[in-house]
Amino acid sequence: MCATCGCDSGGNTAIHHLGEHEHTHGGHSHDHGHSHATTKTIVDVEQDVLHQNNLLAQRNRGYFDAKNILALNLVSSPGSGKTSLLERTLKDLKGELEFAVIEGDQQTTNDADRIHATGTKVTQINTGKGCHLDAHMVLHALQGMKPRDNSVLFIENVGNLVCPAMFDLGENERVVIISVTEGDDKPLKYPDMFHSSTLCIVNKIDLLPYVPFDMEKVKANAKKVNPGLEIIEVSCTSGEGLSVWYNWLKSKVAVPELI
Amino acid sequence: MHELSIVMSIIDIAKQQADQACAAVIDEIELDIGTMSGIEMDSFEFAWKQAVKGSVLEQAARKINLIEAKARCLDCDAVFSIQHYFDPCPVCGEHLLDILNGKELKVKSLVVS
Ligand SMILES: Nc1nc2c(ncn2[C@@H]2O[C@H](COP(=O)(O)OP(=O)(O)OP(=O)(O)O)[C@@H](O)[C@H]2O)c(=O)[nH]1
Ligand SMILES: [Mg+2]
Ligand SMILES: [Zn+2]
Ligand SMILES: [Zn+2]
Ligand SMILES: [Zn+2]
Ligand SMILES: [Zn+2]
Repeated sequence: MCATCGCDSGGNTAIHHLGEHEHTHGGHSHDHGHSHATTKTIVDVEQDVLHQNNLLAQRNRGYFDAKNILALNLVSSPGSGKTSLLERTLKDLKGELEFAVIEGDQQTTNDADRIHATGTKVTQINTGKGCHLDAHMVLHALQGMKPRDNSVLFIENVGNLVCPAMFDLGENERVVIISVTEGDDKPLKYPDMFHSSTLCIVNKIDLLPYVPFDMEKVKANAKKVNPGLEIIEVSCTSGEGLSVWYNWLKSKVAVPELI
Repeated sequence: MHELSIVMSIIDIAKQQADQACAAVIDEIELDIGTMSGIEMDSFEFAWKQAVKGSVLEQAARKINLIEAKARCLDCDAVFSIQHYFDPCPVCGEHLLDILNGKELKVKSLVVS
């Protein structure tokens, strides 16, 4: 039993089945000295299906607040450049900001290895068949890694523009990344993700001369879905535009209060 | 397929509620699902079939209230039905909308015995 959140095991999802007639009643179990009603009863539940995830996300958020950690959830299709953006950022801002990274991947530790190579603290979550991170997985990752006070925590989600949209991790900012090779209608095809993000990074602009990608159109589409969305154009390969991203990042880091 | 984890959460909620009510069987489950909740109904159906096998919900009849999405235009206050986040206000054409309904995703009630 996990003491923090009451789950079985270290965060592995377990399905609980109600057996023939052995059960617990809110903690106590018994051999049925009492009889159960055989008539049909209506139970008013009125419970949000994501309630449990949202509660744990709030816990994570409280943890980040208390430690003055800026947590960012990076989401994109597979291969848009999440890990590349992190590699560049961790190297370029080394010494200026303190970083920690949580890597979500279905199978390999490849991305975590790439982050590790930059000398940054990194924790890997393998989701197996799961196509998104959830607040519970992040909570357990935090317990192991203990990011420093006042640091910036990047959480690289599983490459997928659909599933991670519904799962609040407790992050302060959600950053959606698209690359110019993906087509300018992405925001319209995956509106939930663009709607729930605060920043959109358009990556691989070094490839603009070679692909039909209308930057103005993608911006217009993104604004239709989310009028408040900020958009930054970068190339992780050439470095173009990265300074704008770094300034955005620094503007979000709250200066620790001077006593 | 986040629908699978959604169905698992529904099963967990149902089990917990059935335990609390000291029920042996769940006969019915009623769900509210908004048309903009992020649930794709085909995937949901598929995930449901897989996940309820052997669970408390295996025998339960399922009722789904599909809730139509409605929004209010923050510019002109018009209230209207929408299908997508990118739908403009039909009155003034603006995109600053407040979603009023359609994000629901909840277990509304159970019938147990
Ligand atoms: N030309 C060009 N290629 C880039 C750029 N950024 C990333 N790439 C390439 O795109 C590929 C995928 O980049 P990653 O950073 O691994 O993408 P990712 O989003 O982390 O991928 P997943 O974790 O698998 O979802 C790699 O081959 C990168 O070298 C860029 O700005 N320009
Ligand atoms: Mg990656
Ligand atoms: Zn746990
Ligand atoms: Zn999925
Ligand atoms: Zn009993
Ligand atoms: Zn209007």
